[in-house]
Amino acid sequence: MACPTAPAPSSNWSMPASDLPGVDGLAVYVHWPFCLSKCPYCDFNSHVRESVDQVRWRTALLADLAHEAMLTPARTVTSIFFGGGTPSLMPPETVAAIIEGVARHWRLAPDAEITLEANPSSVEAARFRAFAGAGVNRVSLGVQALDDASLVQLGRRHDAAEALAALELACGTFDRVSFDLIYARPGQTLAGWRSELARALGFGTGHLSLYQLTIEPQTRFAELYRRGDLVLPDEDLAADLYALTQEMTAAAGLPAYEISNHARPGAESRHNLAYWTYGDYVGIGPGAHGRRGRQATVRLKKPEAWCESVEAHGHGLESETPLDPEACADEALLMGLRLAAGIDKARFRRRTGRALETVVDPAAVRDFTDLGLLIDDPDTLRATPAGLAVLNSLLARLAR
Amino acid sequence: MPAAMTTDINLIRNFSIIAHIDHGKSTLADRLIQRCGGLSDREMVEQVLDNMEIERERGITIKAQTVRLEYKAKDGKTYVLNLMDTPGHVDFAYEVSRSLAACEGSLLVVDASQGVEAQTLANVYQAIEHDHVIVPVINKIDLPAADPDRVKLQIEDVIGLDTSQAVLASAKSGIGIDDVLEALVTQLPAPKGDASKPLKAMLVDSWYDPYLGVILLVRVVEGVLKKGMSLRMLAAGNDQTVERVGVFRPKIDYIGELGPGEVGFITAQIKEVAQTRVGDTLVETKHAKDAVPLPGFKEVQSVVFCGLFPVDAADFEKLRESMAKLRLNDASFTYEMETSAALGFGFRCGFLGLLHLEIIQERLSREYDLDLITTAPSVVYHIHLTDGTSMELHNPADMPEVVRIDHIEEPWIEATIFVPDEYLGAVLKLCQDRRGIQKNLSYAGTRAMVVYELPLNEVVFDFYDRLKSISRGYASFDYHQIGHREGDLVKMNLLVNEEPVDALSMIVHRGQAEARGRHMCERMKDLIPRHLFKIPIQAAIGGKVIARETISAMRKDVTAKCYGGDITRKRKLLEKQKEGKKRMRTFGKVEIPQEAFIAALKMGDEK
Ligand SMILES: Nc1nc2c(ncn2[C@@H]2O[C@H](COP(=O)(O)OP(=O)(O)OP(=O)(O)O)[C@@H](O)[C@H]2O)c(=O)[nH]1
Ligand SMILES: C[S@@+](CC[C@H](N)C(=O)[O-])C[C@H]1O[C@@H](n2cnc3c(N)ncnc32)[C@H](O)[C@@H]1O
Ligand code: SF4
Ligand SMILES: [Mg+2]
Repeated sequence: MACPTAPAPSSNWSMPASDLPGVDGLAVYVHWPFCLSKCPYCDFNSHVRESVDQVRWRTALLADLAHEAMLTPARTVTSIFFGGGTPSLMPPETVAAIIEGVARHWRLAPDAEITLEANPSSVEAARFRAFAGAGVNRVSLGVQALDDASLVQLGRRHDAAEALAALELACGTFDRVSFDLIYARPGQTLAGWRSELARALGFGTGHLSLYQLTIEPQTRFAELYRRGDLVLPDEDLAADLYALTQEMTAAAGLPAYEISNHARPGAESRHNLAYWTYGDYVGIGPGAHGRRGRQATVRLKKPEAWCESVEAHGHGLESETPLDPEACADEALLMGLRLAAGIDKARFRRRTGRALETVVDPAAVRDFTDLGLLIDDPDTLRATPAGLAVLNSLLARLAR
Repeated sequence: MPAAMTTDINLIRNFSIIAHIDHGKSTLADRLIQRCGGLSDREMVEQVLDNMEIERERGITIKAQTVRLEYKAKDGKTYVLNLMDTPGHVDFAYEVSRSLAACEGSLLVVDASQGVEAQTLANVYQAIEHDHVIVPVINKIDLPAADPDRVKLQIEDVIGLDTSQAVLASAKSGIGIDDVLEALVTQLPAPKGDASKPLKAMLVDSWYDPYLGVILLVRVVEGVLKKGMSLRMLAAGNDQTVERVGVFRPKIDYIGELGPGEVGFITAQIKEVAQTRVGDTLVETKHAKDAVPLPGFKEVQSVVFCGLFPVDAADFEKLRESMAKLRLNDASFTYEMETSAALGFGFRCGFLGLLHLEIIQERLSREYDLDLITTAPSVVYHIHLTDGTSMELHNPADMPEVVRIDHIEEPWIEATIFVPDEYLGAVLKLCQDRRGIQKNLSYAGTRAMVVYELPLNEVVFDFYDRLKSISRGYASFDYHQIGHREGDLVKMNLLVNEEPVDALSMIVHRGQAEARGRHMCERMKDLIPRHLFKIPIQAAIGGKVIARETISAMRKDVTAKCYGGDITRKRKLLEKQKEGKKRMRTFGKVEIPQEAFIAALKMGDEK
């Protein structure tokens, strides 16, 4: 199976249109909180419900969207992302209505990236056509692993064959396709991952998200891990797996542009880049986060609570918190350094109101440059590949 | 009418409860309090006198406690009983000795399944020294393994006490409690003292109470102590007006006065630590001129020293104040200011042992909300210099240059260890490895009693932990100091990333240096987290490296997943990490977690 590479979007992602908070260039995130079952590793805001009142939910999402639009008038939306949960379970009409809503409230850029996260099972694949018809031009498929035993271990409802069929169908339906794999799984060897990743690269998508398994608190995996029933690769194997991933993806022409995200140049996810470059984004639906100007918005997490709030007040907001420049700077720092391209200092200053030099510890910068973990150019600050692998430790010392 | 409100002296019984650790002193106190109606069942909790958080958590008594009870005996009379519950652990022997000085008798509690242990012996000898009448109580007879007859025999053999009047009891199940009470009133003598003489009272203990201020626990020897009196503390040399007089039942009860033989507390306008001296004699100011002081207590000698430093340098003053308050509670803890190249301003503190050190450190951080760094514990060395002078060394960092030293003496102890036969071999090996000299080996039934002379510095760090682990908890241990002896001692430095960490240097016997150095390096390797660069850890004597380890550089530490737009969560995490940084001390470029300083010296399964 091969996936045709979509033409690269023309804009240069490292220079997003908007620099100043509250001005132009807006990303819209829509959260769909339902799944058919809960995966044992997952701590996303996802819930299993017997049935969903689709009309009620569509109405509520549109109202929540309208509320945000009222507060961010006259902007151009450059990307929409349907995330979850499992947005591929959404009725395509709801997806269509939301995209129309975005176009009505704001200006929707003609080349806007419209992504939908999909689970690769046959039920959901059956709706791909309709999603494309609604305006979705990019899917991100949660394939997670390429063999049945691993998929069972991860508690997935689909098998490998079903996932590959969904991937093939997606490639035939959408301009741009990405898929997710989880690696550094219990028992996974370097050799095993090498052949799995080689197969994955062979499918020819322009984008891949490769996540090392993270044990999240309050998940089934966390409990198994605590009891010692789940043994993860140790730090050295995890480092080797990560290094191998960087090497193989680069050789295949899909280098990492972010810690866990790989793309052919130009095929990067523009929506996620808005997060990493600390752009403005609107988040609607249960538990969605947003950055509106220098305000952090959080919506009620529980689906029912969110829905009732929208019906009562016209929005699902739980809180709107103004962020001081220090908090903005911390956020822009920890997101920006995840990118291979690092942080554009001029943009950092415009977005946060602080010069990057004043928010990082100069001694730490010096030490890390000496150690080959960081590169401090006049215009950018970025982590080297070795630095990216230990970014959390770098940040802990860099941030003041 | 002078002693109208005070108790008829013939109806007073003052006693301490003494025993080896965990033999049930505090539980017995619970039953006695309950039986005499001091607390209702609803107010009762297990070991109610262990009221410090840290005592409850660890299930041990640290601080002696006094309670006044009223007991209507079989002879129809109502007696006033002053009960003093004491700690069992060897580090707190000083608490026991003070309680003993305020009583005429002791209940010697012995676990019916374990029998006589090291602290049973140590405490009973102290009681005998105080001329106490001793009533043996064989406790825990409810246990299936209880063997009261064997234990009685042991008490007769090992201690030489008559056990014909011993009481069989179970403090837990409430068996034999009335027998204990009857034994107290019939076997113990009433205190002596003349109410018409001028006041003379002993300051048994003092502590700081957040509501009442400084509380003085006193035992009246002669005369009557009354509210409003002006008192002179003879040794401290200052005068105080008595504001309140009371007793603990165990709830506070204010009474007008205390007569001879009575134990109670007073408060006055005391602000300064230095104004009270435990063991001091209190008399009326107007009679102070001709007053002859009571014998007082032996000065306690600190056995282990270490540095305590605030993690946040700004907390230094707070630390000073907190220590002053804590010292009021615990006269056996000493401190003086010290500065360290690595750690800044702090205090050099003296303790009675490692448990005592741990407890003080924990109380400072909890009760006074202080973050502390503890440096390597050290004993007191006598350094004899080539110029004929000598000095006491509490801190390895102060060691003079080697060329100026003629010889060094270290403190030795005599240790008594009780151990079941099957573990004897392992215990002898442990003592031998720690440079011990065997003095005696005898048997009491199937238990051996071993007496060894040992250098104290081989014992303070982890001897007790090791002893417990090699004997599966069956060995017990007690010691006292027997003076200083010359030893082949050297200063060992620990270098982290090529930089000596003064707070981790220590004095060791040359023969042990390499093993200890290797062990220290291994421990530090476990305790210092990986950094972004590799870190050599070396132990060195002078310029010579005797052990080394390397912590390899961190290779992977990054969050894989992107949480959509939930940056707040990541920022909060970063803020927490920034907080965490404050708990670390940077040596050169290496961050050493404070746990490393004390944990490095507790050696797990060495050798
Ligand atoms: N079975 C049984 N257990 C008892 C009895 N008396 C005390 N214990 C238990 O023994 C343990 C120690 O009791 P404590 O009263 O704290 O002992 P202690 O002598 O005050 O201990 P320290 O103050 O630390 O020296 C507790 O778990 C008690 O519940 C008894 O008569 N029978
Ligand atoms: C919002 S989630 C789920 C999307 C979709 N519902 C699915 O399961 O395919 C997006 C991706 O995060 C990754 N992920 C979720 N939990 C993870 C964990 N604990 N460790 C590593 N990756 C994880 C998975 O690869 C998943 O596809
Ligand atoms: S991984 Fe995807 S399908 Fe599984 S519970 Fe999480 S959001 Fe739902
Ligand atoms: Mg006790």
